Order: sequence, then C-alpha cells, then structure tokens
Amino acid sequence: MRGLLFGLFALVVMGMAYWSYSENYKTRDSLRTATALQREIGASRETLAVLQAEWAYLNRPERLADLADLNFERLQLLPITSSQFGTVTQVAFPPATFDIEELTGSIEVRGQVADQSSPDGDYP
Amino acid sequence: MRTPLRPLAHILPARLRGENTDRIEAENIRQRHEEMRDRARARAESRLLFVAVLFLAGFSVIGARMTVLASSEAVEPQASASSASIVAQRANIVDRNGRVLATNLITNSLYAQPQQMIEPERAVTELVKIFPDLDQKRLLKDFTGERKFLWVKRKISPEQQQAVHEIGEPGLLFGPREMRLYPNGRLASHILGGASFGREGVHSAEVIGTAGVEKAFDDYLRDPALEGAPLQLSIDMTIQSAMRRVLDGGMKLMNAKGATAILMKVDTGEVISLVSLPDFDPNTRPRVLTEGDASDSPLFNRAVQGVYELGSTFKIFAAAQALELGLVNPNTMIDTKGPMRWGRYKIRDFHDYGKTLSVTDVIVKSSNIGTARMALNIGAKRQKEFLKGLGFFDPTPVELVEAPGAKPLLPPKWSDISTMTISYGHGMAASPLHLASAYATVVGGGTLVKPTLIKARGVTKGPRVMSERTSAMARSMLHQVVERGTASFAKGTGYAVGGKTGTADKPKTRGGGYYDDKVIATFASAFPMNDPEYVLVVTLDEPSENSGKKPRRTAGWTAVPVAAEIVKRTAPLLGLRPIETGPETGVTTVKY
Repeated sequence: MRGLLFGLFALVVMGMAYWSYSENYKTRDSLRTATALQREIGASRETLAVLQAEWAYLNRPERLADLADLNFERLQLLPITSSQFGTVTQVAFPPATFDIEELTGSIEVRGQVADQSSPDGDYP
Repeated sequence: MRTPLRPLAHILPARLRGENTDRIEAENIRQRHEEMRDRARARAESRLLFVAVLFLAGFSVIGARMTVLASSEAVEPQASASSASIVAQRANIVDRNGRVLATNLITNSLYAQPQQMIEPERAVTELVKIFPDLDQKRLLKDFTGERKFLWVKRKISPEQQQAVHEIGEPGLLFGPREMRLYPNGRLASHILGGASFGREGVHSAEVIGTAGVEKAFDDYLRDPALEGAPLQLSIDMTIQSAMRRVLDGGMKLMNAKGATAILMKVDTGEVISLVSLPDFDPNTRPRVLTEGDASDSPLFNRAVQGVYELGSTFKIFAAAQALELGLVNPNTMIDTKGPMRWGRYKIRDFHDYGKTLSVTDVIVKSSNIGTARMALNIGAKRQKEFLKGLGFFDPTPVELVEAPGAKPLLPPKWSDISTMTISYGHGMAASPLHLASAYATVVGGGTLVKPTLIKARGVTKGPRVMSERTSAMARSMLHQVVERGTASFAKGTGYAVGGKTGTADKPKTRGGGYYDDKVIATFASAFPMNDPEYVLVVTLDEPSENSGKKPRRTAGWTAVPVAAEIVKRTAPLLGLRPIETGPETGVTTVKY
C-alpha cells in the first residue's frame, strides 16, 4: 500500500516537473515574441512620427496656398468671403415627388434659388 | 511507560516499617510534575526556535531581494503589456484642431575621433565638399592636432550621412539625435519660440526649449509621466496663416517696419492667432542681437514684448469708467473747447470739434480734450484702480517665457496731468496683448479676461470690472466709431465691426520728446458687435500711407484697412455669420 502511494507520488512529482519545465520554455518564447513585437511597435511609431512630420510639412498652409495659386485655372479656389454665406430662405424646399427609379449613377444635387423680392418667401 | 503513583514494591515495605505511605505518593507526584514541566519547556523552546528561524528566513529573503534590486541594473518589464512606449523624449505641440506645430525627427550627428583617422587631410577636403560652411583650416588643425574627440555637425540629413559614409574614413562617426522640427516654418515662430540641445552625449542629447511656449512648458513637454501627450495650444493654424498673410501684405503696403496682430476669443481669453512681423524660422533660430535695439531683431515679439504708448485706444476705458461711476451717460455734453490748458501743459485735438460734444461723440471723433475732462472728473486714484483692474499694471499672464519681462511702463508720479494724458493713451505704455485682453473685458460683459495660449476646457468668468450695462454702452460707442467715426474703413467687411483707433507718436530712444514723423498706429476692435466673440488688435510700427499728397500716418488710414482685411479673411473661417445684407448687395448664390 505504502509502496504504491510512494510510486504515485513520484509519478506526480515527475509530471509536475515536466509541466513546469514546458511552461518555463513557453514563457521564454512568449517573452521573446513580446520583445520582438515591442521593438516592431517602436520602429512603427518612429516611422509614424516621421510620416506625421512629413504630412504636417506637406500640408503647411503656406504650401497649400501656393498650390491653390498654381492650380488656379483648374481648381479656381479663392479665399472664402462673407458673401458666400447664405440664409436658410435661399434654399428651396425639395420637390414634393421624388422619383427613385431614375437614380442611375451619380446624383446631381440642385437647389432652386428663392425669389428674394417676395418677403414671405414664395417658393417656386 | 507510566510509573504508578503508589508502586506496591515501595508501599508494602513502608507499611511494614509503619511509615506514612502518602509521602511516597507525594514524592512520585512531584517527580511526575517535574517531568511534565521539563517536557513543556522543551516544546516551548523548540517552538520559539522555529518561529525565530522563520522570521530570520523571511527577513533574509527580503534583505536579499533588496540587495539584488539595489545592485542590479533596471530592466524594463517585458511581460507586462505597456500601452505606449515612449519614442520621443519631447512631446509634440499641436494647434486647437490637433494639427502639428512642433514635432521630433530622428537624425544623426557627426563627430570625429582624430586618433582613429587614416587620412585626415582627405577627410577634411571631402567634408568641406559636403558641408561648405565648415572652416577647412580650422578642421585640419583639429583633425591633425592633439584632440581626441570633436563634434563636426550637430544635425545632418540622411543624404549628408550617406555622403559622409562614402568618404570611408573610420574616424568619422555618427550618433543618433532627436531633432525638433517645426513643419510650418515661420507661421507661429514667436509663439513656439525654438529649441536647442542641452547636455550632449554621443548616443543622445537633451532637447530643451529656448523661447516661447517651448521654454515656458519645458518641464511639461519633457515629463515622461504624460507618455508623450501633446500640448494643445489655443492657436488655430488656418486663421494664423490667413492673418499672417494679410498682415504681411498690409505691413508692406503701409510701409511699416513692423506689425503685430492679435485675435483673441472674448469669452475665454484664448489667443486664436498672434502674429508679430518681422518673424523668423524657428528651425534655424537666429542669434540674439548683442548690440543695438532688441526690438529690431526678428526675435522680438511685438505683441507681447513690445510696450508702446497705445494712444486713443485708451479713451474707451476713461469713457467706460465715467459711465460706470454714473458721472456721465452717453448723451452728456462734454466741454471740448481747445486748447485745454493745465499748468504749463496744453492739450489739443487733431481737429477742432467745436465747443461741446456728447460722450459718444468724444469717442467717435476721438477728442483728447473731452476724454481728459472726463478723466479729471474720475480722478487719479479711481483711474489707477480701474486700469489696474483691467490688468494694465502687471505683465500679461500669457504662457510665454518672454511675457513676465514685458512690464507696462507707468508714470513714476501719477499727477493730474498724467491722469489726463493716460486717459487718451499717452504717458503710459503697455503691450498690444494687454490692450486685447482689456478690450475683451470691456466688450465681453465686463468680467476680467486673461489671455492664454492653451486651449480652454470651458469658460471661467473672471472678477467683475464693470457692469453688463456699461459694457453694452461701450460696445455701442465702439460700433459707432466704425459706422461714422475715425475707423470708417472697417465698414463693408460683411461683419459688424466696432473698435477704436489710436495713433501715438514714437518717443525718441535717447529721450527728449517724440518723433514728428514716426508713429505707432493701433486699431483695437471687436466683432461681431451685436454679441462680440472675437477681439482683434492690429498695431503697425512706423506706418505711412503714401497714396495722397502728404503721407498719412493716422491709424484710421493705416491700421484700420489692414484690420478690416483681416476681419474679411478670418471671420468666414471662424464660421461667423455675416450681417444680413439686402438682396441688392447680394449674397452670391452658387449654382451648379
């Protein structure tokens, strides 16, 4: 009886030893992966910082303004002025009926300008 | 084996001898007790020993661990998942919308170890080819002399690094360097300041702020506990860029030698944009002038460091205080017959405005005499307190390292004549930023506004300087200055602008009076006037508008048109709704 118990105990100890040994190796492996990943994250962050700096440099207002001037013929961009603001009354209501069937590719957005001379806003 | 208390072997002989057998029992009981006592003591002693060993083991484990921790080198925990490993040693600076104003870039530094060199002469000639600014003779002396180590270049680009590699000289070595980069160049130079290297080693160098926000927030930017969280300023890059462009054009058009403009949010005191011209590129910060006037250097921040007599812009403070104290109402008539004599001084107006003017018209037409009379009524003591309440006695609390040095200049003795001249902005000098925050206080409902460069999280009202009612009356006066007064060029911007012009002669640098042909022209304004959201102060240094027969130098001709253009450009960008224009002046509608 006693011999059996000792035998069992020895087996358990061996099993535990094997388990802890393998766990130890797994942990070391994970640590190596983690270190490699952290190094990769660090390198990526460095790249990201460089890219962000470059993005900020390429998007500096001075350069954008110069580009807008250079490409004026195509883009026709001008500084925004107060005259480009409108009032709500200038936006026409959408037509009552709306035919969905006709939508085939791009959608054309079109508003009708309200007649400013009629004070109550008589929308055509 | 338990011994009986009354063993027959002893009892029987004792009985035969006629002795008391109880003594034998008592003796045995005593012996047994002694044995029990000895056993108990031994057990207790062994337990004590066990506990002592346990404690000893515990303490030695702790001691050993402490020794190991103290003597070993620190290692970053590898297993824990750290959220953000810090790459940059200095945090970024971003604008109020999160766009980058200052960031870091990894570059290399170039150093030399001459004793490892094989062909120092060739290295020198090749190096000078790559870096033409190096001194060839000096370098040759260093490379062939006694020196064991020297820096050749602090920062080099990857292309230059490759070129140096190709020289193939083993004595030329590289060290990594983190470099501060300002991608927008001159855009916000005076706000950002600049950075340079502090303590330097081969493998790294400290980056420290040298001016502006970089120096004021040096500890914050370098605090590793913040894990590189960026510093968010109140500046809006788009507005800053538009304002800088307009001001630069305006300065050239008005032939001014310097200019500054401040755009401030009224409710929070946040500086949305601050431009001082001429400016510099913080990436290659110029050296500080060692001789001559500091204000001639592009490093000089006119908005914060420049203390000027700001002229008639101060008149609104006298009027507001007189209204606040109940001495006058906007329609009270003030004697403006000139010239006004006070002791040996004479006060004149730019034009003769007749015998009397209402308080509103004193401001609208900018009458020195009228303002001086109101100031006399207020008295020196109350005027001092009021201006102190507006923050004109202390340097501005803005977060720039230059700010505490710019103390307003006050008269040594605050006499009646000082009271009168200060009421129209002479005899006392303050920075344009002082003026901007005081105007924000006056038009923004009368609670003190403190300027800040950090994006505000909410509105905190300062102490009350004047009533809401006084503030409303002052607003109406400032609006009328634009509608029918000295600042009429600010009409037609599409926004309701109100403000006050100020033209002050420049004092001679060596003392002894004022220049006749050099002025500081200022326009302090707010918009939209029905509910002011922004304050704009434009100051031009020595402007002169030469389109007429005689050069015009007053602020109405110089600073106001520039300010109007700034409002025209920036107000739509700020998302402000223009004043309702009738159908004939035309909101242009966009058709597709």
